[in-house]
Amino acid sequence: MDSVILFCQQLVNGISLGSIYALIALGYTMVYGIVKLINFAHGDIMMMGAYAGYFVLIAMGPTPVGFCAAMIFAMIFSAMLGISIERLAYRPLRNAPRLNSLITAIAVELILQNLMRVLPFVGPNPRQVPQIKIPQLNIGNLSISGISLFVVFASAILMVVLNHIVNYTKTGKAMRSVSYDMQASSLMGINVNKTIATTFAIGSLLAGAAGLLYATAYPQVDPMMGYMPGLKAFVAAVLGGIGSIPGAMLGGIILGIAETMVKGYGPSAYADAISFSLLIVILLIRPTGIMGKKTVVKV
Amino acid sequence: MNKKILKSYLVPGITALACVIIPAVLIKFNFLSAYTAGILNQCAIYAMMALSVNIICGITGQLSLGQAGFMAIGAYSTILLNQMLHIPVPVAIILAALISAVFGFLIGFPTLKLEGDYLAIVTLGFGEIIRVVLTNLKDITGGPNGKSFNTLLTFLELPKFLIFTSALIILIILIQNFIRSSYGRAILAVRDDEVAANANGISVFRYKMIGFVVASFIAGLGGAFYIWHMGFVKPEQASFAKSIDFLIFVVLGGMGSVTGSVLSAYVLTILQEGLRFLKDFRLLFYPVILIIVMIFRPQGLLGTNEFEFKKINEYRNSIKKFFENLFSKFKKGGNK
Repeated sequence: MDSVILFCQQLVNGISLGSIYALIALGYTMVYGIVKLINFAHGDIMMMGAYAGYFVLIAMGPTPVGFCAAMIFAMIFSAMLGISIERLAYRPLRNAPRLNSLITAIAVELILQNLMRVLPFVGPNPRQVPQIKIPQLNIGNLSISGISLFVVFASAILMVVLNHIVNYTKTGKAMRSVSYDMQASSLMGINVNKTIATTFAIGSLLAGAAGLLYATAYPQVDPMMGYMPGLKAFVAAVLGGIGSIPGAMLGGIILGIAETMVKGYGPSAYADAISFSLLIVILLIRPTGIMGKKTVVKV
Repeated sequence: MNKKILKSYLVPGITALACVIIPAVLIKFNFLSAYTAGILNQCAIYAMMALSVNIICGITGQLSLGQAGFMAIGAYSTILLNQMLHIPVPVAIILAALISAVFGFLIGFPTLKLEGDYLAIVTLGFGEIIRVVLTNLKDITGGPNGKSFNTLLTFLELPKFLIFTSALIILIILIQNFIRSSYGRAILAVRDDEVAANANGISVFRYKMIGFVVASFIAGLGGAFYIWHMGFVKPEQASFAKSIDFLIFVVLGGMGSVTGSVLSAYVLTILQEGLRFLKDFRLLFYPVILIIVMIFRPQGLLGTNEFEFKKINEYRNSIKKFFENLFSKFKKGGNK
């Protein structure tokens, strides 16, 4: 019986970690879908969001109201950051070769990380995030930590909202159309710049939310915290098929579960290597990811 | 012999000799401190890594984000070959480079069929896997604390300078010849247009593989020299951040330009040392330059051209134009 309970607990932990990955992966996948750019700075937008939320949380105390305020502030702050990065660094390079935008994205990543290291009120050292008290959920012998459940619910709500925006609103329609054909959409009277900015804003908003959730689940923030989750989320996005929104959600959850299971049952120190190996294997079997579309090259 | 041909061999030949001999003499008579010599040695190693990345990114036209992984393989293989099998260091270095090349072949075999961004991601994943494996094989690699490797030469900057710089110059010559051989031309054709190259009977996969293996060999060599120079290596040497450093050299110098990447490796490495007084702010300086170059000179400083002495005036003019361009763009308030 114990092994079943252990398994269930690992599964919940995995889904909780996976939904954070999924939230970040959504940003990667949306941006890639629309401008074909691997936005390496995305993990660091998540880190900035976590810091923004952390400061609010410190100011207002770890109460439910304080947490909601922190969440909203982190999301708004990250969205603004996303828009300004797009405007200052990526837009001038939109028609440049792909590699140039990629290098710029890496440079933006370095700037964000190092900026946080030199800012006097942030500094390079990790900081403890105040814990909010969420009671444990007990079902028989199975006890699930409240934070994991909260993370899963919060992510689920955000994903449902995102799904609604992308599929049932005018902005979402514009986003889908720009990602399908940028020039044609511009001819149809869609404001391409505005649509791309919106995509960055939504992606970064999700990253900010994920950042605060991550900081609550592993209660600390530091300037390098975006690096690994960023890479993992990116792997998740590719796993699900980069450019596909349901794919990113699926990829995130798969990666989260796989990683937690390896940590629970396998050689835990190799968990990072496992997720990257999983990526390589998937790419070899299905080069466009689980839900990616196959594109035909025309000469 | 034709006078023109003689001249075209003589000028680079003399420059190459001067590059080795003048600093060596300066080091010998203590005009350059051991610290400076150490930096020059590091520059030579980083220039090798830049060459390796350049072969994949600039010449084969594939994006690799895991070159540091091959470097780490080269470094660790050198230590293990020397300490466990007692192979003398020079042989160990060549063997280590060959081991890296074998890894390049093994990684390239399944992955070179992927395209563009996907290859970048797989190489990135490969680098991270190497890092995690090196961290965890504690018995062999020393785990996260790294492994030290002290030979007599680790502390003698002058012989190291002679060896590293000569090796670098030989590598440059070999690579230049390689690019101009029929293999090199085929690889360039694959870079410029895969479909057209394929239609002309060039096996795309085969030539990508050749480029990839050569690049891994050079990266392994760089790693072997690195461990010889530093006397110490950590699993972090295989991390994504290191690979990015090497990629930055190539992008700034100009993708596809051998001299460009070597020059920018030297300039940036020295710059990083020179800016140490800025403390952590120095880390901000670097990416900002990168973004400015990407926006205003997207092809890198030298583009795909090689550095030539007869073009020095042209360079001066283009630098002038670059700054004029920069200021006018800022006056106008950003890009269109």
